[in-house]
Amino acid sequence: MLKPPSSPHISGFTSVPVIMILVVLSLLPGTMLGIYQFGWPALFLFLITVTSAILFESICLKISGKPVRIYCMDFSALLTGWLLAMTLPPWAPWWIGVLGSFCAIVIGKQIFGGIGQNVFNPAMLARTILLVSFPLEMTTWIAPRPFGSAGAPDLAAGWSITSIGIPDLDAVSSASALGHLRTELGRGQLLPDILAPVYDPIASAIGTINGSLGETSAVLFLLGGLFLIYKRIITWHIPASMLATVALMALIFSRIDPNHYAGPLFHLLGGGLMLGAFYIATDPVTSPVSSVGKIIFGTGCGLLLFIIRTWGNYPEGVAFSILLMNAATPLIDHYIKPRIYGHPGSGIGAFLRRQKQDS
Amino acid sequence: MPKLRIRGGVHPQERKLTSEITITRVPTPERLYMPLKQHIGAPAAPDKVIDEIVHKGQIIARAQGNVSANIHAPCSGYLEQITDWAAPHPSGLPTRTMVLVNDGKELRDEVSTPVNPLFLRPEVIAERVSQSGIVGLGGATFPSAVKLTLGQSRNTPVLIINGCECEPYLTCDDRLMQERTQTVMDGIQLLAQALYGPQTIIAIEKNKPEAIEAMELACRDFGNIEVMPVPTRYPMGSEKQLIEYITGRQVPVGKLSADIGVTLHNIATAYAISQAVRHGKPLTHRIVTVAGGAVKRPGNYEVPIGMLISDLLAFCGLKEEPQRILMGGPMMGQALPHADIPITKGCNGVLAMSRAEIGARDEHPCIRCASCVDACPMGLSPLTMAALLKKDKLDNAVNIGLKDCILCGSCSFACPSAIPLVHYFNYGKGELLVRAQQQQKDDEIKRLIQGRQLRMARLEKEKEEMVAKRMQAIAKRKAAEKAAAEQNSEKEVA
Repeated sequence: MLKPPSSPHISGFTSVPVIMILVVLSLLPGTMLGIYQFGWPALFLFLITVTSAILFESICLKISGKPVRIYCMDFSALLTGWLLAMTLPPWAPWWIGVLGSFCAIVIGKQIFGGIGQNVFNPAMLARTILLVSFPLEMTTWIAPRPFGSAGAPDLAAGWSITSIGIPDLDAVSSASALGHLRTELGRGQLLPDILAPVYDPIASAIGTINGSLGETSAVLFLLGGLFLIYKRIITWHIPASMLATVALMALIFSRIDPNHYAGPLFHLLGGGLMLGAFYIATDPVTSPVSSVGKIIFGTGCGLLLFIIRTWGNYPEGVAFSILLMNAATPLIDHYIKPRIYGHPGSGIGAFLRRQKQDS
Repeated sequence: MPKLRIRGGVHPQERKLTSEITITRVPTPERLYMPLKQHIGAPAAPDKVIDEIVHKGQIIARAQGNVSANIHAPCSGYLEQITDWAAPHPSGLPTRTMVLVNDGKELRDEVSTPVNPLFLRPEVIAERVSQSGIVGLGGATFPSAVKLTLGQSRNTPVLIINGCECEPYLTCDDRLMQERTQTVMDGIQLLAQALYGPQTIIAIEKNKPEAIEAMELACRDFGNIEVMPVPTRYPMGSEKQLIEYITGRQVPVGKLSADIGVTLHNIATAYAISQAVRHGKPLTHRIVTVAGGAVKRPGNYEVPIGMLISDLLAFCGLKEEPQRILMGGPMMGQALPHADIPITKGCNGVLAMSRAEIGARDEHPCIRCASCVDACPMGLSPLTMAALLKKDKLDNAVNIGLKDCILCGSCSFACPSAIPLVHYFNYGKGELLVRAQQQQKDDEIKRLIQGRQLRMARLEKEKEEMVAKRMQAIAKRKAAEKAAAEQNSEKEVA
């Protein structure tokens, strides 16, 4: 006789595959705009990255003896590959995508024991490994060349860019706004003079700027993120606290010294902040479970991001700030817990009281 | 101050399709199976011998100890045997059960009923409730008289009548409030009378507008009884959550609701109290919702306690072979191994679920999405507790709140990975129980050993003292003899 199953005998409406598919759906508009903007090479790199991520996932599942079909159908590898592709320079060579997927799936996720077990966000881990190992390939940005426009590579040329490399690098490459800002500030220029020729807030919001696929359209990723909040896939805590922290820091410093510090809008629309705040930092596996913990996490991400962007060696710090806070997640979860019904004290208050008692 | 909402919770599909169907009385079957333990506390002890004639409403088993309840015969006939029969528990393990044979004569003893029970003294009401074997009919089955006595001694100023019925499918309390409003109201007044007239609040979830309307109409004339519609959110009907919603106060850990001045009773309990105190009818029948996709004629049925679920389902008809038979609602109900299990006092629903309703899902690994943390009405971290229990770290799980878990099932319901969280917590609580029993046993053994050692030491000491005394006595005597001998020799010399 079968053992009688445990209560409850009905279940909710979500499942892991549904969650992953909804996240992918919400990414679709921003991704399509990015691919349209950077043409065939971007599409090839995107497909190569996603396919190799799923391939590595299947191989790892096979080796570890888990049911490949059920686990692969949770679409988590698809999402990881997708997010990784969003952070790569769109004209990067094919092996960057494959190597990135390997780092994300094998080193970032499966070595820890598969889905739910990893400490760091796999896509961000892969991006960081690539960035420190291949700085040239990972910082070659090109100006947008939409399909059909002058200078856009055709199918064959696009394939040759992805498979062999960019033929005339100097002709197409251009610095990103954040990168440009860093270089010019280093030369002692003042901020308004630097930004005037290269930065246009509207273009930055819509996404007709250079960068990786995920760094282009701030507005589309913001809308996608709001859709996820509406669908209750993510909560508002992490994105709101992260964006608010960055905006607040930028506001304070740009008021103090507008010649050296950019304003809140520049920071919010620039780089991969929107993608990071709504899609990467909210990765449930690597972020805290309680609401208060999430706010601490988001604030930490925002703070680190602003510090790295402003005073660090790299022009962009989304990946670094999130990875650093990922490492702090177990600690946050250990100390910040929801208050149990009928027990005295909650969250930070209870934690502080305990500290007082201990000392 | 009432709260705006409870923490966490979920909103499952209500599926209360039987809320429009009038209560039907079910004929008493040929045999009734009365388990001796249908309540929290000590099992009752049989008060009849085999083959003894019983009349309807007679006590057949008496309460034992402070927390226990009498059991009465729902029919007339005779006691056939006292045997071990499958209990209403997922294990289906046998429990002591009295088997009554129904003679169909409905013979009943004359009972004296008070002229106006509302003039009875509170202690007398509690005594009559106790005599009638009434327990919490919402499913908790805690003896109601014990609760009343506790409320009397602590003098609770608030009485909450729980008409939330937050479990999907179930509509038995809803129907009672709609159809038998006056009797329910009478029971509520008796309860209030037994508690020295506290402020009385009838809490009903907003998804039962007819019941709210009926009850509001009925308590129009009473200043201190009011209806409070509460939001439809599972588990609003859980005692702790409802108390917090209405009073704004939480029951502190390790305390009872009476400690913060609240007594809480269920609608069906109020109904049973009116039947018992006003009409002298002990608890022998109850309203049971029979529903689920496999049932041909779902509805609310007035069922004699002790009727087998298989008999009840045969009466209601089955469309198809049920995939799962549940006792209680779908969120907290027990899956039964088979249907030859009797209806007990706490059984508010029998659900014969079809395959489509249950909707089995593949289990995935936890992605730490925190849906369970957000859904937990007690503020626990189910994912962490389950992970600890999986590794058999029981103590760590207790440290983060395993004992506070009310097993409401919100976490499992919300889990996108379909992890059977409640199963882990049931297991953990079971292990705790085993451990507590072992501890009790060890303490008892220790006490006995220590007692024996003390006794032995005392005997040893007594023996030593005796020896010492005798030695002294011997020495004394020898000394005396010596002295006498010396004297004698001195005399001889002289």
